[in-house]
Amino acid sequence: MTLRNQISEIIESQPVALFMKGTPAFVACGNSQRALHALRSAGAPVTAVDVLPDPRFRQELSALSGWPTIPQVFVKGELVGGADIVEELAETGELERKLTKALGSDYRDGRDERVVELVAA
Amino acid sequence: MGPPSYDGEVATEPLQALLQHAFPDATELSVLDRTGGGDHFQVTVASPRFEGLPLIEQHKLVYDALAAPLADGSIHELRIKTKGQP
Repeated sequence: MTLRNQISEIIESQPVALFMKGTPAFVACGNSQRALHALRSAGAPVTAVDVLPDPRFRQELSALSGWPTIPQVFVKGELVGGADIVEELAETGELERKLTKALGSDYRDGRDERVVELVAA
Repeated sequence: MGPPSYDGEVATEPLQALLQHAFPDATELSVLDRTGGGDHFQVTVASPRFEGLPLIEQHKLVYDALAAPLADGSIHELRIKTKGQP
């Protein structure tokens, strides 16, 4: 599967996809940490994807999403934004409302945090 | 006379100019060099253009205005705060 297809499959299939620098266990960037923290505070079932192993990961992601920076957060296939937006939405309670609307009121119970890896072609 | 003092203005000025061009109606516009290294910026823009737009569209307008320095790597990290009515 092409890189582009792998990325869109993650975006489409995961309830909450976080493309970040590093992994939740080893975050490699302050903004990725802020986004992860905001998502965790809202109890989001995060699927994390590390973009650092290959520069093409980021290039393909940004080409697909039209968003130039990392991190990028998607909820049920829709780009929500980067760290600033997710943080702001979490502070106002809007993030929880968005997650409830997209995933149902029991979205917190679904699943633990997980990590998926992209494979360079 | 010693050399002119350097306070980071050199790094923020081009970004300020790009934003002013993109948001001529801005009621607030600031660019802060967060680390003093000239590549981590906090940008704040208040403009009537943001009124009624979702945050993601507001931030996209800022990214569009700064597309060149984002693409050539002169912005390493960008934090954005947008506001509708001041």
